[in-house]
Amino acid sequence: MKLLIKGGHVVDPANRRDGRTDILIDRGKIVDVHASILADGAKTIDASGKLVTPGFVDLHTHLREPGREDKETIETGARAALRGGFTTVCAMPNTTPAIDQRGTVDLVHREAERLGLVTVKVVGAITRGRAGNELTDFAELFDAGCVALSDDGSAVANGFLMRRALEYAKLFGRPLIQHAEEPTLFANGVMNEGLVSTTLGLRGIPGESESVMVARDIALAELTGGWVHVAHLSSAKSVEMIRQAKRRDVRVTAEVTPHHLALTEEAIGEFDTRAKVNPPLRAEEDRQALIEGLRDGTIDCIATDHAPHTDWEKEADFDSAPFGISGLETALGVCAHTLIAPKLLTWPQLIERLAVNPARIAGIEAGTLNIGAWADVAIIDPNATWTVEPKHFSSKGRHTPFAGRQLPAAVVTALHHGAEAGR
Amino acid sequence: MATEHAEQTAQWTKKDLLGLRHLTPEEITLVLHTAASFRDISLRPIKKVPALRGKTIVNLFFEPSTRTRTSFELAAKRLSADIVNIAAAGSSLSKGETVLDTVRNLEAMKVDVLVVRHAAAGVPHLIAQHAASSVINAGDGAHEHPTQALLDLFTMHEKKGRVTGLQVSIIGDIAHSRVARSNIWGLTKLGARVTLCGPPTLIPPHVEQLGQGGVRVTHQLEEAIRGADVLMLLRIQHERQEAQLVPSLREFRLHYGITRERLASAKPDVLIMHPGPVNRGVELDSDVADGPYSVILDQVTNGLAVRMAVLYLVSGASRGDHEAAD
Ligand SMILES: [Zn+2]
Repeated sequence: MKLLIKGGHVVDPANRRDGRTDILIDRGKIVDVHASILADGAKTIDASGKLVTPGFVDLHTHLREPGREDKETIETGARAALRGGFTTVCAMPNTTPAIDQRGTVDLVHREAERLGLVTVKVVGAITRGRAGNELTDFAELFDAGCVALSDDGSAVANGFLMRRALEYAKLFGRPLIQHAEEPTLFANGVMNEGLVSTTLGLRGIPGESESVMVARDIALAELTGGWVHVAHLSSAKSVEMIRQAKRRDVRVTAEVTPHHLALTEEAIGEFDTRAKVNPPLRAEEDRQALIEGLRDGTIDCIATDHAPHTDWEKEADFDSAPFGISGLETALGVCAHTLIAPKLLTWPQLIERLAVNPARIAGIEAGTLNIGAWADVAIIDPNATWTVEPKHFSSKGRHTPFAGRQLPAAVVTALHHGAEAGR
Repeated sequence: MATEHAEQTAQWTKKDLLGLRHLTPEEITLVLHTAASFRDISLRPIKKVPALRGKTIVNLFFEPSTRTRTSFELAAKRLSADIVNIAAAGSSLSKGETVLDTVRNLEAMKVDVLVVRHAAAGVPHLIAQHAASSVINAGDGAHEHPTQALLDLFTMHEKKGRVTGLQVSIIGDIAHSRVARSNIWGLTKLGARVTLCGPPTLIPPHVEQLGQGGVRVTHQLEEAIRGADVLMLLRIQHERQEAQLVPSLREFRLHYGITRERLASAKPDVLIMHPGPVNRGVELDSDVADGPYSVILDQVTNGLAVRMAVLYLVSGASRGDHEAAD
């Protein structure tokens, strides 16, 4: 069965395409990309007035399965991904049990393949049980298909162990994703340390909790030649250190979330747990530095850190509520609002950071509309405005600081391997 | 009581009392004025008026505090309300029942006012969002303790005849103090100037920006004492030493403890205030705590009148029955 996407404005930065183009899909793969394609008998999607882009790739998704299926399942997470235009997600290993051996990797892959909704790649743990003491069997995990390793949720605090991990990971040419947080400086904080934390009497987390760990990891990457990818950057100092390290050709890459680009600590207002994330939302100077870092290539890509939680956990006092928000379904709208509307990025630049670069870091064939590639496609209405209504999310996680906000640019549909979302 | 805002134009329109940060100077003055009219009830042989008869008040204390709980309990009883004390588990999440579960259960029993104390900042706000009952914050983490600050303001006004223009020095652990924050809002709104004093480890970032420019910070105790009309001492918790915020309580006393010798440089009519319980020999020496400048017990007495006023106002009684307050 052939499928023709007709009349859309194709934005495919990997192929330097930015204009009206038709796309023909056959048996799930892209077979033709041309100004005007005539295909008898093909089902046609009229994409006029829409943007047609590669499906987005999320390097940082918490699917919660196995272990916390009350928060999210691979199925609900995959449906949320498609709604958000993501056709590939990388599942973080802080599940219960942690994804630290082949059996658990296989379990996630099997369930994702059974569903066939999106491509699910797995990020394995760096240490057994994410306990920070002993390295996992890297070869086994990469052989099972892991695209990277990370103890996300916490940092690898032990510098010696991180050094060995970076050295050993060189065998596989894959990155270690560091949740950059110096745990003693984090000190059980619950939000950014600053005027808002002082006003509310909440324990603060200084930006240095992150930048000190980023500095250490840059030094270790330089020492070992290993590849460190810094997750969810939040502070201006971290951005500047990565910028300098990249100038010295240190093997370091980095990501930023839509919410850190869009919001500051002010979003917490009066104890709004929907703005409780880790790393915390920081000050306006930090937000500006993150945007500049994303513009100049210091920060390689946008990742959602989609972290769904149940109502009963999130509707608690600020100290007890877990960190994290639902991010897959709002990512594009938030990025369009924060980056496209004020002309900080063009559409091709945004798609590069949502699709091309994360696919490159994950080492997977995705993020392009190459002929012969799987037809993973997002169709976007750039002129739409829509209101964030968490009760209509596909994700079980209904907590977002963007609830009720009007956002531009709606994902009309996403195709995974040529099949339309949810069908 | 004649206050700076002598025109008594403010009306209490709020369902809850969560903190002083969002009160207007007029609303604060209204509470103080109402408290003045209630104070004499405690001096009568029959210490009871029917102002809140038929109302049910719950002292919902997730963190123990005998002083504050007793003060609210007596205040409620003097207004003829029914009051129930509930000591709830510290972190109920770990026990499977959430704070909101507890509140929903209480609301199912049709209560009117919830007086909430919790070790975590923001819990009264969370409850107020979900409860139909009025919520009074009786201290939330390191955030606010509005009735304490109101009784402090009341006591200063009683002793000095004004709050506007007073120089108030708050000394000790500002970072973890709900009393300090509520007092910063309350004092600056009424036109007092606040000096915060303590070692840098106990002063939170950007605290000078609270209270519309009426706040300054010093790390030198002499500067905090000189020219101050009020010295408000805060309790230094032993945990602060364990967290390396002060090397030792002995060292704290050496640099920041109020001794009789240090008071020699104070104004002759300085007031010594402390929210209690006093850590004798640490932030305050015994001879100062019990000395002529100390108004610590007046604070306790006034606390009762202030809490009566707050219970009365949030219960909406002022909008109907005026018999007790006039
Ligand atoms: Zn993380």
